[in-house]
Amino acid sequence: MAPPTLTPQGVSKRSQLWRRVRRVAWLPVAALALAGCRIPNFGASPGATTSSRSVFHLWQGFSIGAVVVGGITTILIVWAVFRYRRKGEHIPKQSQYHIPLELTYTIVPILIVLGLFAATLVVENKELADPRTGVTVDVNAFQWGWKFTYPGKDVVVVGETTENPEMVIPVNENVHINLTSSDVIHGFYVHAFNFSRYALPGVLNQFTLRAVETGTFNGQCTQLCGLYHSLMFFRVKVVPDATYTKWLAANYNPAAARAAQSATNQQTSSVVPTKLQKSEGDN
Amino acid sequence: MTDVLAPPITALPDEHGLDHDHEEPHGPTGILKWMTSTDHKVIGMSYTVTSVIMMVIGGAFAEIIRAQLWTPNSNLVSLAQFNELFTMHGSVMIYLFAGPFAFAALANIIVPIQIGAPDMAFPRLNALSYWLYLTGSITLLSGFFVSGGAANFGWVAYAPLSNSINTPGAGADLWIGGLLLTGFSAIFTGVNITATVFYLRAPGMTMFRMPIFTWNLLVTAILILLAFPVLTAGLIMLYCDRHFGTHIFSVAGGGVPVLWQHIFWFWGHPEVYILALPFFGMVTEIIAVFSRKPVFGYKGMVFATLTIGALSLGVWAHHMFTTGVVLLPFFSIMSLLIAVPTGIKMFNWIGTMWRGQIWFSTAMLMAVGFLVTFLIGGLTGIYLASPPLDFFTHDTYFVVAHFHSIVMALVMGAMGGLYYWGPKITGYMLNEVIGKIQFWFLFVGTQVFTLPMYLLGLRGMPRRIAIYPLHPSWQFLNDVSSVGALLVGISTIAFIVNVAYSWKKYPAGDNPWDGHTLEWFTTSPPPHHNFYRLPQIRSERPTWDYNHPGHGAAEHGHHHDERKEVPVP
Repeated sequence: MAPPTLTPQGVSKRSQLWRRVRRVAWLPVAALALAGCRIPNFGASPGATTSSRSVFHLWQGFSIGAVVVGGITTILIVWAVFRYRRKGEHIPKQSQYHIPLELTYTIVPILIVLGLFAATLVVENKELADPRTGVTVDVNAFQWGWKFTYPGKDVVVVGETTENPEMVIPVNENVHINLTSSDVIHGFYVHAFNFSRYALPGVLNQFTLRAVETGTFNGQCTQLCGLYHSLMFFRVKVVPDATYTKWLAANYNPAAARAAQSATNQQTSSVVPTKLQKSEGDN
Repeated sequence: MTDVLAPPITALPDEHGLDHDHEEPHGPTGILKWMTSTDHKVIGMSYTVTSVIMMVIGGAFAEIIRAQLWTPNSNLVSLAQFNELFTMHGSVMIYLFAGPFAFAALANIIVPIQIGAPDMAFPRLNALSYWLYLTGSITLLSGFFVSGGAANFGWVAYAPLSNSINTPGAGADLWIGGLLLTGFSAIFTGVNITATVFYLRAPGMTMFRMPIFTWNLLVTAILILLAFPVLTAGLIMLYCDRHFGTHIFSVAGGGVPVLWQHIFWFWGHPEVYILALPFFGMVTEIIAVFSRKPVFGYKGMVFATLTIGALSLGVWAHHMFTTGVVLLPFFSIMSLLIAVPTGIKMFNWIGTMWRGQIWFSTAMLMAVGFLVTFLIGGLTGIYLASPPLDFFTHDTYFVVAHFHSIVMALVMGAMGGLYYWGPKITGYMLNEVIGKIQFWFLFVGTQVFTLPMYLLGLRGMPRRIAIYPLHPSWQFLNDVSSVGALLVGISTIAFIVNVAYSWKKYPAGDNPWDGHTLEWFTTSPPPHHNFYRLPQIRSERPTWDYNHPGHGAAEHGHHHDERKEVPVP
């Protein structure tokens, strides 16, 4: 900034203008600073569960790293490409090694990777923690639909392809999912939960989620499972506890639940009765 | 430096004379030569042409897939046809184009010449490799002509979707058969390259004087030997499950479906580097030659390649994070660590360009396009090494975008390789103007087609879906992506046009790019057994040393001109 020019009469016209400019100039700067406090979401969204939010923050962390490293590397590439274009026939200096530099770009990435790994472990352990309390839903995937059974409640929801069956769960409550498949591998994926897990035949896959927002969220099979893979939809409806209890009561249907249960048992038992096991290696 | 003596030339004992303008092998010509030859250059050329045709076929499938996804409820193809199309797109691109192009096409032609060898170690085995590859390719593609159609379980063929109940057709068996044939072809090529590099190097060509391309092919060949037999075994098991009543992958008989994934990815992840390392090598050579500098951090580059090769054998289960049955932290840290040697390579490439005299021929443009595209694909790969982020993005378009950034970078490397070595193989240059048009279509098209896919994945679009009726809001990004795919298609057409237009038009001469390595010392195309004479090999750049005495590699500002200090033995 140029120093203001003082005239015998006082402050110059130019200086007055400057003052005015300065008076409003801080606005965009402040706005930028405020925006800077809010880390951008880098294309992802916080989602509706406790885990989805930790995953989202991990996403932001990784993205900041990617933007910084990618930015520096891009600048170096662009600089090299424009600055060192051929300018004649002379042969440049034939430099080949620079050990300190090479060590730097070996050690710094190792440190970055260790940092990312540490952050990963923290979020992963949180996401895969297995709290004792909560409600349980048995989710069974089949070609091409979903069956949600509420053990001990005599409630079952089944739907194929575009019937879009709905899994109703209470908000702010741990929901244990027991995920199985009756035939091929399916993918249980709810975008708003930032989470997916395979439904594997012969394996009982268990995980817990805790929704913190009410609402209806789309889910879809993500693992290719044959002809109608594109249409294997479901929904997750997160409702307040009272609504959930009311919904359970309204859908109380022991006969249907028993039928569904025996169908599942038949499917899975005809497949393998002894192999149904808790998946290992998660915790 | 004027007092440096011109280095002497080592004459080879089997020299027929110095007239090397026309030296054809005595033998058949034309199609008979193509069918009977064991010359590594002829076989390499067959590989090049066949694999580029496979790229065009796979690319055509991609265009149909992208056209189908133009609207949420499109019915250009049926759901069943869509499954066949993406299965065959992936299979053709990975098994029939990228792999064979990477480790058998240019490698076959260039590796023996770069180390001063007359041919591959086992020329007949080499011919067998090609014929197995061609037969396998036809077998795999013939699935389209049987009832029930081609294989439709994705290029990964996950059990139990790939068993005889869920996929009963003959298309699936042809898929398995085709991959067995091309798999053996790859194993034989791996044997051949390893033996050639270890036993046929010219006098003076020590391991640390091998060009990076050859180094990368050596590591690739070793990875082939470690990985491909596992795939072959897995395919045989799958075939037995389908036809001989075994239950290796089926729960019914006490088998384990996830075992298929372990076997498949134990091949599949090294395969990623089997595809990538040769292209890394091509790009390394191109950047060094067109920057007129030695490869920066040559030894670091070699160790980075070896590290990638080693790590790649311990990361397979990062494809299986969401199965819930793998040890997450181990595979996470191993996968994250691959970023380190890959980063070293990236900085070495930039270091090679740094303070160079960069000549932006089409080959060099392709190499720079590779750097940028590979950077995007590499950085997004780091996310996927983190299990929580993989749970979030697994089987969505984010993953599709990630590996398409990588493979499109490899395609740029491949095109760079063709523009760079084409003159050596054929004796004629390709047109540079059409080449640059091709580059810009390819580069811009790649970004236009991959970048929207990242966003689609983050918005929850799963891969391998033919329609998205509940999510009409995905249409715009899908349309952008399809336009990008069209641009890439145009670039391929530009390449074909260029080959036709430049046919025998621009004679190349022996050394059009002022190359560094031995292939630029012989004629274009090289004679039957490649060399009449060899320069002294005192660094990894013998041709450069010969043409530019006194311009050897400098270390920390000091010139270490070996020739000056070490007398000729």
